[in-house]
This record gives sequence, C-alpha cells and structure tokens, in this order.
Amino acid sequence: MSSTSITKSPSALAVSAAATHPSPLGNILTIAKRELAGYFASPVAYVFIVIFLLLAGFFTFMVGGFFERGEASLVSFFVWHPWLYLFLVPAVGMRLWSEERRAGTIELLLTMPVTAWQAIVGKFLASWLFLALALALTFPLVFTVLYLGHPDLGVIFCGYVGSLLMAGAYLAVSCMTSALSRSQVVSFIVSVVVCLFLILAGWPPVTNMLVQWAPPWLVDGVAGFSVMPHFEGFQRGVLDSRDALFFLSVMVFSLFTTGVIIRSHRAG
Amino acid sequence: MIKVENLIKAFGPKLAVNGVSFTVERGEVLGFLGPNGAGKSTTMRMVTGFIPPTSGRVAVGGHDMVEDPLPAKRLIGYLPENAPAYTDMTVAGFLGFAAELRGLRGEAKRQAVNRVVETCFLEGVLYQSVDTLSKGYRHRTCLAQAIIHDPEVLVLDEPTDGLDPNQKHEVRTLIRRMGEHKAILFSTHILEEVDAACTRAIIIDRGQVVANGTPQELRQRSDVAGAVSLRVQGAAGPVVAEKVRQLPTVRKSVVLKEEGATVWARAYPQAQARDGEVEQSLFQLAVRENWKLGELHVEEGRLDEVFRAITMPDTGRAEKEVTRA
Ligand SMILES: Nc1ncnc2c1ncn2[C@@H]1O[C@H](COP(=O)(O)OP(=O)(O)O)[C@@H](O)[C@H]1O
Ligand SMILES: [Mg+2]
Repeated sequence: MSSTSITKSPSALAVSAAATHPSPLGNILTIAKRELAGYFASPVAYVFIVIFLLLAGFFTFMVGGFFERGEASLVSFFVWHPWLYLFLVPAVGMRLWSEERRAGTIELLLTMPVTAWQAIVGKFLASWLFLALALALTFPLVFTVLYLGHPDLGVIFCGYVGSLLMAGAYLAVSCMTSALSRSQVVSFIVSVVVCLFLILAGWPPVTNMLVQWAPPWLVDGVAGFSVMPHFEGFQRGVLDSRDALFFLSVMVFSLFTTGVIIRSHRAG
Repeated sequence: MIKVENLIKAFGPKLAVNGVSFTVERGEVLGFLGPNGAGKSTTMRMVTGFIPPTSGRVAVGGHDMVEDPLPAKRLIGYLPENAPAYTDMTVAGFLGFAAELRGLRGEAKRQAVNRVVETCFLEGVLYQSVDTLSKGYRHRTCLAQAIIHDPEVLVLDEPTDGLDPNQKHEVRTLIRRMGEHKAILFSTHILEEVDAACTRAIIIDRGQVVANGTPQELRQRSDVAGAVSLRVQGAAGPVVAEKVRQLPTVRKSVVLKEEGATVWARAYPQAQARDGEVEQSLFQLAVRENWKLGELHVEEGRLDEVFRAITMPDTGRAEKEVTRA
C-alpha cells in the first residue's frame, strides 16, 4: 500500500515489545473513556442534560411546590426522581449494546483481548458517570436552599447518594434490555416497562390496591422488588445499608444477566 | 500459528460450518474461498473467538481459543466482514482506542498509530469522524485497527470488498507483503485474489472444505488443465477439429471460435500422452496441412472453472456439455 514495510522491521518489533498486558482495570477504563467520549461526540448528551435539568426544575418548583412548603429542604426535588429517571435513564442506556450490535462493532470489541465482563462494566460505568454529571449539575438547588434557610446538609447528601444509586439500578436494567435487541427503540421500551414495574410494585397507590385481595406476605414480597421503599429512607436522610444493598444487587444482577444475554447471542 | 480441527457450528438445526480443519503457518497466506453463505465468516468468527464452536477446536499460537482466549486474542488482528468501526469517533480516536486495548500506551501508542496511518494512507482523514468516511476509507481504517499491534496472525474477512480496483490492488499487495512474516487467513469470493495474494487456498462450500491446495494445484483440477489451445489460418473450423481429433495423442477437440479465416481450437490430450507430445504433433499437423500457426499454448487450468465445478456440481456439468458440442 505504501513503501513503508509493515513487516517485522526493527521499529515494528520495538512496538510489539512495548505492548504490555493491560490490567482488567486498565481495559475497563479504556472502554469507559471511549463510551463517555461517545456521549459527548453528539449534541444528544447536551440535549439530555438540558432536558433533565428543566424537568427536574419543573417538578421541583411547579409540581412539588418547593416554595409553598416553607421549609429549607430538597424533599420536593428528590421525590420526583423515580419518575424522572423512568424515561431519562433508559434513554441514556438504550444505546449501550444495541448500537454495538447494530453497527457490528461488538465483533471488534469482543475479539480484542478483553473479557465480556470488562466491556460490560466499562460501558456501564461510563453511562453511570454521565448520569452522575447530570445530577451534579443540579447543585444550584442546594445553594438555593442554603440561601433560603438552614437545611440539613446530611439529608441532602443522603438524597443525592440514594438518587445516584437508583439511577445506577435503572441504568443496569437498561443495559440488560439493550443487549436484547439491535433496535434502540425496542430496548428503550422494554427498559421503561421493567423500570415501571420496579416503581409500581412498591408505590403506595398500587400496594393499597393489592392489599384488598392479595395476602400481605405477597404484597410485601412484590413490594420488596420496588425501588420506592428503598429510596424512601435516603430521602429522609437515613442511610440504611440494606437499601444501598438493594440497589447494588439490582445492578449486579442486571449486569450479570447482560453477560448471559451477550453470551447467548454469540452461541447462536 | 492457526490450527483448526474439525470445527462445527450449528445455528439451530442448520450446520453453518461442518467439520472444517486446516492450519496456517507463519509465512503463509491462506485464501478462504467459497460462495456466499458457505460458512467463511462463521469460521473466522470462531477462529477469532467471537463465537464459540459447537464442537471442534481452535488454537492460535498454541493457545486454545475457548480455554485460554486472552493470550490467543493478543496474537490476532481481525478485520470483520463489512469493516465495522465506531461511527461516533474520529479515525485518530478510534485507532488510539484500539492501540490502548492492545496494551500500547504513551509513545508506543503514538508510534503504532503513525505507522498504520502511513501504511493504510489515512493521513487525510485522521481527524474526520468515522461516519463521514467513504467506504474505502472506512475499510482501511478498520484494517489499520487490525494491524496496529503488528500481530503475528491476521484474520481478514473479505478485505477487498467494496474497494475500487486501485484500492483492491493495494490491499492485495499489502497482504502478500505482510504474509512473508505473518500467518494470514483471508476470505474472498474473488478468484483473482487467490493468484494475487495467496500461497495456499481452501475452497469451502455449504460448511465443508471441498478443496485445499496451492493455487497451482487447484488449477490443475480444472478440466482444461493440460489441454493445448491453438490459433490457425488455412482451413475451416470443422476441418481443423476433425484433423486434430484424429491425432493419436488427442482424446477430444473443440472449436472455440471462428472469425473470418482464423480458427481457435483446443485439443485435449490422451491420458497416456507424454509431456510436449501433443504440442509437437499439432505443430507437425499444421506444417503437413500447410496451416498458418499463429499461437500454440498449454492451458494451466482456470480457477473459476474449478470453483464452479466444485461448488455448483450440476451447472458445472451442464456447461461442460456445451463446450463439447
Ligand atoms: N447468527 C446466525 N444465526 C443463524 N444463521 C446464521 C448466523 N450467522 C450465519 N448464519 C448462516 O450460516 C451460513 C454461513 O454464513 P456465513 O458464514 O456468513 O457465510 P459466508 O461468510 O461464507 O458468506 C449462512 O447460511 C447464514 O445464513
Ligand atoms: Mg461472509
């Protein structure tokens, strides 16, 4: 193709010798970096962040009655997060594997010297970081309540931690559904349905209805799958390790299932 | 370097690959030929570890692809079919990403990227987004990714697909040159590439290897291999054919073409005819009959004919009948 020999010239040998075997963490970071850069390569990322902030503001001030509450807290902000994430998180997660499969790049990625779980974790971390960034950009709210009164910063911190964990759980679910289909739209819809279940299973209006005809142990069992009771504590400023564990297990389970789905596609 | 033993891949009830075995050593370029759907890509996906075989074994550099995939994958550079690449990256970003996954950092990474950019002529598009590249450039970008770590084993799935004739020529030259020091497996359905780049070729059809040999050996399986073609002036076609057929060394003769006073004919030798005997008797015949002999040469055999005869047995036979008439 050119006059440069690409066979084993001395410099080429030097290149091979310089290659070290990257650690699993190194691979995860390389993949995460690429994925994160992928978000910002298109205007979609900025559009997403703007929509997130606008919606968060709208719910907090207009629907949640931030000022009418007459207290310096972010309750009216966090209470909407399970619903806000219902559509926004699948929108962020839908492309993770669907796009790799549609474009065929999954074949490049998985024939590199990386394991499937490194790729899964790397991609998940990148999109979680992206969501964390969007969440962090709500910081003016914190300053607002600080200006208005004397909020309990511990409670606010807890709310943010809980919100981030919940976003991670939704995101892992989206990651799993995006491995199911080449189509981002399909993976978005399936993800919204699953996340909706995670909300409704423990949402008081639904559980109150269930109690009418189902035995209490069943209602509690179903509600145990819901994000609602587990996010509740964080909003009140209670850092319960069992709640954190719930979100983490949703993530681990979903990412593990993602790996199973990807493996089954390849097995044909 | 590549050792494939009795590879089988079933998709549901369908056997896409059915008992394929071959080896590729360093310094060899193995052409993988076959009609569409023959199982070439599926075999390559198993060789590169993208999909696991239903049964059988793949070893690369002595590492089993299923048991010990990472060391095996480190040795391979892979250009998948249709040259996929991350469309949301620039060419430079994409190559940098590939280099990092190959364990190249800092100066080594910069050098590796520069080297493949030069080899694959990508200077002009280095900071262009991959989704704006023409097909030829995207192909070369993906090829650059495959050779970024100067791998010992290259697996290329239809590397010249979608390229213009100049680019095809460049890629073949590159493959041949790299093949001097690497083990290369590449698939194609273009027969001229076998001559242009391969040291050995395998023909695969419906999941099975149906021929395996050097391009020369494969050509000799052709019906016309060893036949002698001649161009004469001085007699009508049927007369030439009849006189040629009556020679004791000739089994069969055909008129290929007749244009004005010029006749193109072909003589098929008897099985026991010795080397050069047919040419000699044809030459003497021409002198005896006072024909003007314009051309006389022994056919090497034609790959496309071998390919057709092997992969489409029925149509192959039908066409042979036509030439005999
Ligand atoms: N993932 C898959 N699921 C089902 N069938 C497949 C799959 N991949 C390939 N095949 C089938 O296997 C056969 C071989 O395909 P392939 O290896 O792509 O052929 P080639 O590359 O030689 O054109 C084809 O009939 C194809 O339809
Ligand atoms: Mg193919």
